[in-house]
Order: sequence, then C-alpha cells, then structure tokens
Amino acid sequence: MNALLQYLHVAYVFLMGPVPFLIWTSLAKTIGLLCVVLGLVSYTVYAERRVSSLMQDRLGPNRTGFPTSLLGFKKDWSPFLGGLGQPIADAVKLLLKEDFTPKYVKKFYYWIAPGLGIAAAIISLAVIPFGSTLWGVPMVIANIDAGPLFIFAISSLGVYGIVLAGWSANSKYPFLGAIRSTSQMISYELAMGLSVVPIFLLLGKLNLVEIVDYQVKNGWLLAPGLTAMHPRLPYLSEIVLWFPLAISFITFMISMFAETNRLPFDLPEAETELVGGYHTEYSSMKFALFFLGEYAAMITGSSLVVVLFLGGWTCPWIPDGSTAWYWGLVNIGVFFAKVIALLIFFIFIRWTLPRFRYDQLMTLGWIWFFEIALVNIFLTAGILAFVH
Amino acid sequence: MAYKVPRPKLTFAEKIYLPTVLAGLKITLGHLVRMLRGKTHVIMQYPEEKWDANLPEHYRGAPTLVTDETGRTRCVACQLCEFICPPRAIRIKPGEIPAEDKFAKVEKFPLEFDIDMTRCIYCGMCQEVCPEQAIFLRKDYVFTATSRADMVHNKAKLIELGGVMTGLVHKWNEKK
Repeated sequence: MNALLQYLHVAYVFLMGPVPFLIWTSLAKTIGLLCVVLGLVSYTVYAERRVSSLMQDRLGPNRTGFPTSLLGFKKDWSPFLGGLGQPIADAVKLLLKEDFTPKYVKKFYYWIAPGLGIAAAIISLAVIPFGSTLWGVPMVIANIDAGPLFIFAISSLGVYGIVLAGWSANSKYPFLGAIRSTSQMISYELAMGLSVVPIFLLLGKLNLVEIVDYQVKNGWLLAPGLTAMHPRLPYLSEIVLWFPLAISFITFMISMFAETNRLPFDLPEAETELVGGYHTEYSSMKFALFFLGEYAAMITGSSLVVVLFLGGWTCPWIPDGSTAWYWGLVNIGVFFAKVIALLIFFIFIRWTLPRFRYDQLMTLGWIWFFEIALVNIFLTAGILAFVH
Repeated sequence: MAYKVPRPKLTFAEKIYLPTVLAGLKITLGHLVRMLRGKTHVIMQYPEEKWDANLPEHYRGAPTLVTDETGRTRCVACQLCEFICPPRAIRIKPGEIPAEDKFAKVEKFPLEFDIDMTRCIYCGMCQEVCPEQAIFLRKDYVFTATSRADMVHNKAKLIELGGVMTGLVHKWNEKK
C-alpha cells in the first residue's frame, strides 16, 4: 500500500514538473478542443440543413432521434427539436458507404487530398485562445507570437487539398473547380491579410492572447468601451478609430466567406455548374473528410473573427478564470457561443444570396476589397498619427 | 443589327450591394420566424399522412388484372396490351383452356402474366386497348423491392392487386 502511494507521489511530482506539465496539459487541451470542434462541425451540418429548410418553408430532418430503444428503453429518445440524432446517422451512413476509387485517378494524390483539406483547418485552431484560464492553465494550445500570420499561412495551405483533389481526379469538372479555387484563394488572401493590418497598427502586437487581453481591458474592437468588468461609453478617439475597424471587419468577413468556399463564393463546388466541383469523384469517408474540412474551416474562420473583432472570450460583467474555475468554464462557453452565432450567420447568408458570377467575384476581390483594405490601412495610420 | 438588352438603372444602395443583402436577409428570416411560430402551413408529413384518401377517381396507379363476380380472371391472353405497351413492360405466355372447362369457348388464358414495374410508365394504354375489360389501373403506387426481379409483378400478384370488379360486360356467359 505504502509502495503504491509512493509510486503515485513520484508520478504526481513528475507530472507537475514544468516540461511534463506542459506536455500533458497541451495534450488534454488538444483532445478536448478536437472533441468540441468535431461535435460542433457535425451539428453545424445539422443546423445548416434544418435552418435552410425552415427558411424555405420546409421542415428538414426532424425525425432521427437517439436509438435508445437499442439499449432496452421503450422508445427512441428524440429531444425538443427532433432530428438531433441526424449527425450520428449521417456519420454511420458515410462510414458504411462503398469507398470507390476510380481507375483513372492519380492514386497517391487522390488519397492524400482529403486529409490535407481537413488538416489545414484543424491545425490553425491550435493558436486560437478559446478561453481565459482554467486552474491557472491558459486556454490556448500554442501561445505563439505570430498567431494570425500562422493561421493565414496554414489555412491557405488548405487550398492544396482542393487543388490536388481536382487535379488527381483526372476529370474535367473537378479540375475546373480546382482552378477556380486557386484563383479565388489568391484574390481573397490578399484582401484578407491586408484587412487585419489596421488591428496590428492599433495594437502593435501579433499575439492573439495579447489581442484578447487588450480587448478585455479596452473593450471589443467592434464595440469600444465594452470591457469585461467595467463597461463604459467609448472615448472620442475610439469612436473615430471604430470606422476603419468596421471597414476592416466587413472586408475580413467577406474574405472569410470566399476563403472557406461558402456561398455566395462557392464557385469551386458550384453544384449547378460543376456537378460537385472538386470532390465530384470522391465517395464515402473521403468525401466526408472534405465536408468536415469545409465546416472545420468555417469554425476556424469564425474563431479568428471572434478573437480579432468580437472580444474573444470576454463578456461584460463576467470575470476571467483566475477568480474561480467555473468562471473559466463560462469564458469558454462565451467564446463558443460567439462562434456559434457567427456560424448561424454564415448559414443565413448561404440560404439568402445567390452565387456570384466568376468575373464578378474577381472584380470584387481585386478591384474592390484589395483597394478598400489598402486604403483602410492608410486611413488607420493617419488617424493613429493624429490621435497620438 | 444587334439587339441591345435594356439594363435596369440601379440605385446607389443596389450598387454597393450590402443594403440589398440586408433586404434579402429580412425576407429569409421572415420565413424562418413564420415557420418557427407555426404560421406556415406544412402540407403533408408523408409516411404518416398519405394521399390515398384524397386520390381522384381518374388516378392512374399500377396496372392490375381484375376478377369479375363469377370468379373468373377476365384476361383471355390476346396480348394486345403486350403489343401496345410503350416501354414493353408486359410479358404474356398464353395457355389453352381445357375442353371440359365451363369457359372452354374462351379458348385462351394467360399461363404467365408479368408486368415489370421498373419499366411501367403508368400510361394506361393497356387498360384502354383491352377488349375484355380485364386490365385496369388501380390506385396502388408504392412498390419497393431489394432486387429488380422482385419488381416484376407476376400473375398472382396482379390478380391480388386487381381484386374483384363488378358491373362489367359479361360476353362469355354460357347463354350467349
């Protein structure tokens, strides 16, 4: 007994040492975040189907419950909205479907493409601060000093998944989708990168945790004065600075739509023009990976918007996790509530707007947003020079 | 001479597009809210509610073989329906009625009568062409099977679907 206690003590001391502590907390955070995000992905798909049908005066998936009758209960459990078991049914269906690889594809690239697509979306989650602290552990997996740059670098790698899928499928529609995706990516990456420069001009740092800390103290970038503990009316200088920030928010949001291939910019998959776009030749779980990747990219993008513009995990009158562990959990909840609100906004937009024509998309990217973002940088710099 | 397509004059709000996005959102969200408040009338929840009770008199469901009140399946295997069938869904193998039978003068009856429901287009030509009032399109329309072979209705199935139909002309009575 004593020997066992001694072993446990040794293990405890070892785990609380600085390096092992960092390793196992990071692992725990990674696994936790992955579970939350993948769950969020599957229920975003459900929300997409349900909201779209409600908007079109249909009902949508409202039947599939949880099969509790298999466990010996009398009835299947179908809670309030109905259809909440649909994501599970979808996953089982996709896993059991025939995974068909056509003869004419370039096998190696055909196989790695779906993985590349989802990996890019998930890796960039690593630098997002999704909460304050929990038992003194900061709720960000990798606190690096170049957060947004890291995310831009990794998420633009996501286009490789699409391009490789389109090219290796050796068929014309996927190829057209891939080409469209490439040119769309180039034209919107620029506007996206430039649109966040005003924030860096204002804050003078690139660390996402510090950007959130700034918003805790001075209010959300889009709602100056809305600080965590003592909300106040914004100062005049903050009101003047709000205009370039609002412009950069709008440019960033629209570029985000284009970046994640969402309608009205879903030209790479344009079902009505290109059969299924870049994933026409894919089936079963490989198709599901593209699907997951698309929604995971949406979540990454929304998280970035929340961190940069909407105050991250802060909410007025809610203290951070250093006061008590349950406030830490509430902070995480606030962050994901904001992300979910943005995801629902994504869905609303998708079922409201028609798809852009290709030349309109290019005009919008190169002639409008690129210039607006560029001018916005000078505007912010001018205001800052005047204010300080 | 090229025809010049008249382009509508756009207002400034329409040109910068974002206000029109809000207008669109207002419409779709209106539908969403109306649906959530239960104001939208959803017509029919299919598997629980069906059309069956409201089908019109002239509804054309699956073709079937009818039996009359004397218990005779009316088909005489003349094969007119087989010839007229546009998608060639019908296959008939005629057989001879033995001399001692009550209806011996009819001479023929279908030994086999198959309608391939994967081919049938429910056009009703078989019913129209039938000189014996033997084949009718009834109101059944839900047919599912796990193989193509199961989708072929054989004679027994067709007779079962057709059932008894009264009030038809009896031209093979012994008296006539």
